[in-house]
This record gives sequence, structure tokens and C-alpha cells, in this order.
Amino acid sequence: MDWLFFTEIVISGLMAGVMYSLVALGFVLIFKASGIFNFAQGVLALFAALALYDFLAPEGWFNQLFGFTLPVPLAILATAGVMVIVAWLIERLVLRHLVNQEGIILFMATIGLAYVLEGVGDILFGSDVKPLDIGIPQGAHDYLLDTYGLYIEKLEIFAAATAAVMVAVLAVFFQYTRIGRALRAVADDHQAALSVGISLRTIWVIVWAVAGFVALVAGIMWGSKSGVQFSLSLIALKALPVLILGGFTSVPGAIIGGLIIGVGEKLAEIYIGPFVGGAIENWFAYMLALAFLLFRPQGLFGEKIIERV
Amino acid sequence: MFYRETGQFKTSYTADEAIFPIAQDRWFIFGVIAIAVFVVPFLIDDYGANAVLLPFLAYALAAIGLNILTGYCGQVSLGTGGFMAVGAYSTYKLVTAYPDLNLIVIVILSGLITAAVGVLFGLPSLRIKGFYLAVATLAAQFFLVWMFNKFDWFCNNCATGQITMPTVDMFGLQITGPGADPATRYLFCLGIVAVFALLAKNIVRGRIGREWMAIRDMDIAAEIIGIRPLQAKLSAFAVSSFYVGMAGSLYFGVWLSSAEPGEAFDINQSFLVLFMVIIGGLGSIMGSFLGAAFIVLMPLVLKNFMVDGLNIAVVTAKHVEITLMGVLIIFFLIVEPHGLARLWQIAKEKLRLWPFPH
Repeated sequence: MDWLFFTEIVISGLMAGVMYSLVALGFVLIFKASGIFNFAQGVLALFAALALYDFLAPEGWFNQLFGFTLPVPLAILATAGVMVIVAWLIERLVLRHLVNQEGIILFMATIGLAYVLEGVGDILFGSDVKPLDIGIPQGAHDYLLDTYGLYIEKLEIFAAATAAVMVAVLAVFFQYTRIGRALRAVADDHQAALSVGISLRTIWVIVWAVAGFVALVAGIMWGSKSGVQFSLSLIALKALPVLILGGFTSVPGAIIGGLIIGVGEKLAEIYIGPFVGGAIENWFAYMLALAFLLFRPQGLFGEKIIERV
Repeated sequence: MFYRETGQFKTSYTADEAIFPIAQDRWFIFGVIAIAVFVVPFLIDDYGANAVLLPFLAYALAAIGLNILTGYCGQVSLGTGGFMAVGAYSTYKLVTAYPDLNLIVIVILSGLITAAVGVLFGLPSLRIKGFYLAVATLAAQFFLVWMFNKFDWFCNNCATGQITMPTVDMFGLQITGPGADPATRYLFCLGIVAVFALLAKNIVRGRIGREWMAIRDMDIAAEIIGIRPLQAKLSAFAVSSFYVGMAGSLYFGVWLSSAEPGEAFDINQSFLVLFMVIIGGLGSIMGSFLGAAFIVLMPLVLKNFMVDGLNIAVVTAKHVEITLMGVLIIFFLIVEPHGLARLWQIAKEKLRLWPFPH
């Protein structure tokens, strides 16, 4: 076995896993705080990337309306603002009316939401592939390539670092801020949180906005990697096995699940793929997660399901 | 005044157990069937069959299948598209291998093969529950579609993975393939759907159906009163997949006539059928029909309205259509989370008093 090749695969698998984790993280945040299985997370990432592109590109709406385009940091801030508005609209128009419904109804509502966001994104920004370049370094990492002969994308290292920072920030936010405490209270018990005076509606807007920021980061990374296009919304499907592997309610689970799926997928493609005709990436992650669930039905770090009559 | 059970006395247990105990209901259903059999075939044309009636019948059967699993047994499945593909490919293999076999037998055999596959993918449901199971069933969706794409044995060693339905005759009438009369195709589907919808209605009223509902409402409690979860869940998967497989068979064999696994059976099919079940009403056979009609007709109406009525360009209309579809789905979930079947029920309740409110 070629160890250098093996290492390269494992590392690129880890990096790909980080990208999946970025999407899975948004799912977990919303599921924890509201028990909603948010299928629209992938489309949210697409929408964020489209909005960001619009602020940057000369042919965007923003330039046509105001006659100038925004520099990158301002554009990211503006997109974050857009995501807050989207979160507020979602709470105001959809979630508020669906309180106390069954999980599957809420799930279907988020699929409807995914259609709406996709359609609106297409109408506003067009459905062609847009290259997103905000100055994230591209190409192979020279030092690693020269010294060890390892081929690793700079973008992926950047994404991994960003994910690490983001998880740290989220952890601090959840653990030490007032809003974070309220969020954890809501995640624990909706009614108890309500009774001590936490506004569920505000919390939901905040959670969806945070999930929107996470989607923005995921959208930037995936958009820089493969252009902003419709297929971006399909990464949601890649994040689902990550979720069930890590557990719906666990932030570390989303990260570690992502890493496991990323590495497992790459290894399977190289070492098992040739025997069954290749292109197994689409379903292997699901099979892996499925096999895993048979032993731990609540995922790696999910809350233990206690059943009572 | 007209819809009232006053004066209708049940004098035997058989009468008490009838599917439609109220005479008006019975006459309504007979009327619908009579119109569907004796009037529609004379009005039908190619467009009506291909755009409205055949998809409606195929999807209604698929929706009944998924409703058995999700609505009655409480196991959410996102693998419907994959199971429809199993039904379609079984039909193709059977038709090409035994061209003389009766088409009805082929459709039922395809259903049985799909049922076997469904049981296989239903096994994890014994340990995994809720959304974890829903995501796990996506494994079936992606794996099956990949399998049909990858191994060309399934399409008789073709290069592209595309399957085309050959011409099949039954009792001297051409049913599938190019040039088949729309009325014959429609009546063939209608016959199968009507018979198996009746069967489904009876299954869910009987012992097995009640076991499923007990499992759905609370599986531990059901276990304690003596229902075996293994049998109940796997039988739900089997029966559900049987229906979905037959739906896939009609979908490919009679409606589309040619299909590619990546497009005709992708994950959007699974979502579409799930929408039908939710919008129609979970745990209702009638709801499956209403939901299928709604989801089949809505895009047609929207498209006709926008392209012909407002002269919007086709591409833009497509985007607007997706958006409106999402809006309508959310609107429906908010207004009536229990689906069209509940609206139907409310209408019937209102009708009992109408036109005298006291």
C-alpha cells in the first residue's frame, strides 16, 4: 500500500468532511432550538452565495440600483443582513403559524421553503453558474507539496480553519452569552423556557439567522470551490448522513460525523469503488450511516432516546 | 337534508361493517366509478391521458402505498422514487423476458418483487425511528437508482441505462408502446387502481391495519398489548412497497413508456409522493387520491395560467412555478395540516345540516 497516497486521500477526505460539517452545523442549530428538521439548509447556503455574488458582481442588482459594488468585507456583512431578513420572514410567515405541529409537517414546510428560496433565487439572480471569488487562496499548498509531496488544496485548509474558528465562536456564544443561554434553555424545554420569560419567537429568529450565517460561510466555501449554481443546494443531501451519524442534536457530532463521512467516502471510492463500477459516492455515506445507526440508533453524540409508555 | 343517514337502519353485522355505511356515500362512489368508466373514455384525448389522467392514477397508487407506510404505520420513508424504479425495471425485465405473459400478471409480479426489496430496506426500521429512519431510507433511494444506472443487466445490456416499454397486447387490445389508444391505457390503469384501492381500504380496516395504527400511535404500548413490531413494521413495508412497485410499473409501462433512472426516479419523485400524502391527508385512502389530483393538476394550472394567460416567458414561468408551488405547499400546511381529506370530512359534516342549520 502506498502510504503517501493513503495519507493524501485521508487528508482530502477530512477536508471534504469539513465542508459537509459546515452544512450539517446549520441543521443541528435549528433542530436543537426548534425541533425542526430543516431541509432548506442547503438552499439557504445557495441563496446566501447568490446574494453575496450579487453584491460583488458588476452585473448584479446592487450595482444597477446604486451604481457601485461593495468591497468583500462589506458585501459579506450585507449578505449577513439579508440572511437576518430571510430568517425574520421565515419566522413571521411560516413557523409562527406552525407551532405545535408534528415534526413531519414542519419538515414538509421546510421542503416547501426550499422550493420558494430556490425559485426566488432563480428569479432574482438567474440560474447560470457564477464564479465566486472573494480572495480565498486557491491551488495546491506549495510547502506541503514540495516537502512531503502531498497535494492539498489551500481552499480546503482555509475552510477547515474557518470551520474551527466558527465552532469555537459558536461554543463561546452558546456557553457564555445571555442569548446563548436562552437558546440552550429553549433547546432543553420549550414550555419551561417560555415560563421563565424567554420569547420563543425572538429565539427562533435568532437561531434561523445564526443558521443563515453558517449557511453563508458554507455557501462561500462551496461557491469558491465549484461556482455558485443550483447543485450547491444538493449538498444538503450530503449533509444528511453526516447528521444521522453524529446525532441531530450535537454540534461536535456534526463535525466528527462530517470527518468520518468525508474520509470513509474517499477511501471507499478508491478502494471499493473499482470493484462495483465506481460512482458510489452518492450512496456510500448513507449506507455507512445506516450500518452505524444499527448499533447506535441515536447517532454518535445524539441524546439518548428514553422511551416510556 | 339530502346528505343524512336518517331512516337508514343497519339490521345485520355485515351492513354495520360496510365500507360506505351511508347510502349517499355509496351512490356517490358508484357515480364516480360510473363516470370514470363509461363517460371519461369517450372524452379522453392524448393530452388528457398523458398530462392528467395517467399520471394521476399512477401517482394515486404510489400515494396509497406511501400512505400505508407513513400515514398508517408512522414510518416516514423518502425512498419512494427508488421503489418505483424497482417496479419499473421489474416490469421491463419481465416484459422482455416473457412477452406472452398477461400484463396484469406482470404488474402484480413487479409489485411483489418491489415488496421483497422494500422488506429488505425496512429491516433497519426495527431499530431506527423517526427522522433518523427517514434519512436512512434515503440510502434505498440513492442505492437503487445507482444500481439501475450502473449494471446494464437491468436494461438488457443497453448503453445508456434507458429502458423503453415494448408493445404489449391484452385481449387483442394494445395497451403499451407507441400508438396505444389513450382510452385503453386509461381503462387499464383505472381497473388496477380501483381494485387495489378497494383492497387497501379493506386492509387498513382489518386486523393488520389496526396493528399498524397501534404501532404508529405508540410502538412501545403496542408491543405491550401483544403486537409484534417485527411483523407489523415489515408487513407495512411489504404492502407499501407492493403498491409503490405497481405504481412504478404503471408509471413507466403505461404512462411514460421510456424512462431513465437518474431522471424519472430521482429524489424529487420521493418528495412529490410525500407531498401528495401530506396534502391529501395522512392515514386516508381518499386523501391519497385527493393529494395526487392536487399535485398533478396544480403545476398544469399554474403553467397554463402563466404562459398562456399572462404571456410570461417559459423559463421565468418555470421559476415562478417552483416558487408558487412552495408557497402553496406551505399555505396548505398552515391552513389545514390534516390535509384535503379533513376538508372533505368537514364538508360532509356541514352537508348534514345544510340547508337547514338547526
